[in-house]
Amino acid sequence: MDSIEKRLLEQVADLHEMPEGAYSLRVNGALREKKDSAHIKIVKKEDKPGIDIYIAPGTKNESVHIPVLLAETGIKETVYNDFHIGEDCDVVIVAGCGIHNCGVQDSEHSGIHTFYVGRGAKLKYVEKHYGEGDGNGKRVMNPTTVVFMEPDSYMEMETTQIKGVDSTVRTTNAKLGDGATLIIKEKIMTHGEQFAKTDFHVDLDGVGCGTHVISRSVAKDSSRQTFLSHVSGNNRCSGHTECDAIIMDEASVTALPQIEANHIDASLIHEAAIGKIAGEQLVKLMTLGLTEKEAEEEIISGFLR
Amino acid sequence: MLELQNVSYVLPDGHAILRDVNLSIDERFVAVTGPNGSGKSTLAKLIAGIYMPTSGKIILDGEDITTLSITERAKAGISFAFQQPVRFKGITVKDLISIAAGRKITLSETCAYLSEVGLCAKNYVDREVDASLSGGELKRIEIAMINARGTKFSVFDEPEAGIDLWSFNNLIEVFRKMYEKTKGTILIISHQERILDIADRIIVVSGGTISASGTKEEILPGLLGTVSPCRFVKEEVANGQH
Repeated sequence: MDSIEKRLLEQVADLHEMPEGAYSLRVNGALREKKDSAHIKIVKKEDKPGIDIYIAPGTKNESVHIPVLLAETGIKETVYNDFHIGEDCDVVIVAGCGIHNCGVQDSEHSGIHTFYVGRGAKLKYVEKHYGEGDGNGKRVMNPTTVVFMEPDSYMEMETTQIKGVDSTVRTTNAKLGDGATLIIKEKIMTHGEQFAKTDFHVDLDGVGCGTHVISRSVAKDSSRQTFLSHVSGNNRCSGHTECDAIIMDEASVTALPQIEANHIDASLIHEAAIGKIAGEQLVKLMTLGLTEKEAEEEIISGFLR
Repeated sequence: MLELQNVSYVLPDGHAILRDVNLSIDERFVAVTGPNGSGKSTLAKLIAGIYMPTSGKIILDGEDITTLSITERAKAGISFAFQQPVRFKGITVKDLISIAAGRKITLSETCAYLSEVGLCAKNYVDREVDASLSGGELKRIEIAMINARGTKFSVFDEPEAGIDLWSFNNLIEVFRKMYEKTKGTILIISHQERILDIADRIIVVSGGTISASGTKEEILPGLLGTVSPCRFVKEEVANGQH
């Protein structure tokens, strides 16, 4: 692994080298290496790019890393990864895509991740997107996440894009069974001329299921963001969607939280707030000795933590 | 020592909030009191650099700090506790106390600062300083930050505002302890007799000027005896109905 790849890996997976346990590393449009563990099997798809990940029922306290690195300019790929999480598992999946593009052609990665979360299973899914490189070629990522949750399963999805992605359309569709819980935490920061669109769609189909969709974002410079969130309550269920954005400079942010109740016992809430950094927050931190710029950085990094 | 020399603060429309204020403060604990709207908070904000005086000078230990920014004054040794503490999403109590201390502080140091203001550190260290904290909790964290800074001149703008009686009783204790420990000056804006009672000196601000200044024995009796009834009550008294 060269130094660029190592840096990308560190940014998207907090790793300096491939970890113990199961993993799959995809570099420049091809699967470079993969490793199974006793309970986790990774199988390369034959009909299209991507992998199937099978996690045996009852697997506890194990993790899978599946980073994707693009370090050559001009690569465009769509990758299909399917995750089959057995009943009563308790596992962590860390995905992430890092693009280094210093050429003139656009680099683009579209990951389509489908999760089948078994009955009673508990999953934490962490996804980070990062871009770098000073070429004119754009860094584009369009992740799609599809989630099917069996009864009493629990999934927490943490998705972060802090730096360097020129254009992204992030789509998430989820269907929840009885007693299932889905927590989505999204953090986005855009700068320059970047564009980010998020589109969550959660169907609360099962009795007693619930979701929290929480998005925090910062839009700097002339960047643009659109947040769409649609939560449908189709049974006795609870749903909460929240978008909180800090807008700076010449940026623009649109938030469209939408809730749809199709059942008398569906309890749904939406919240959306967009605003600049409060002057009193800056003043408070300045009275503690920070400069205005330091105060601004502190407020943003706390907000996106 | 902090000196205000002929300090005025006049709004662009010509309305004077403070007029020609002269003050020299080097006691350990000074209380500023006076009616609402008299200019007390403006005085505090002028000292912290949040407002700039339209005329006059502010001198800290012989150094003219009149034109220094908020940050520069903070670094020069002035701390300011807000009347309405500010909330932050994602920033924890430990983060704020670390920023106040100007360095990464250990968990046990954070705990010590929180204990001083009567908060059990275990429950607060990792809490976000957001809307989940009550007004009383925020006030205490605000005071803990000032203690963590440990500067030579600390200004508290109505620390008792917006807190319940139970918290207030504890707050008095916090200030008593602070008085014993401080090596610098505490300037506290307050309406509360029990806070005024701790002060070495009481300054009364009224109508944008200093109307009185002296020890509590000199000032308190006059203050408590001069509450002027409203016109309606005066008329009732005059008509013998009271």
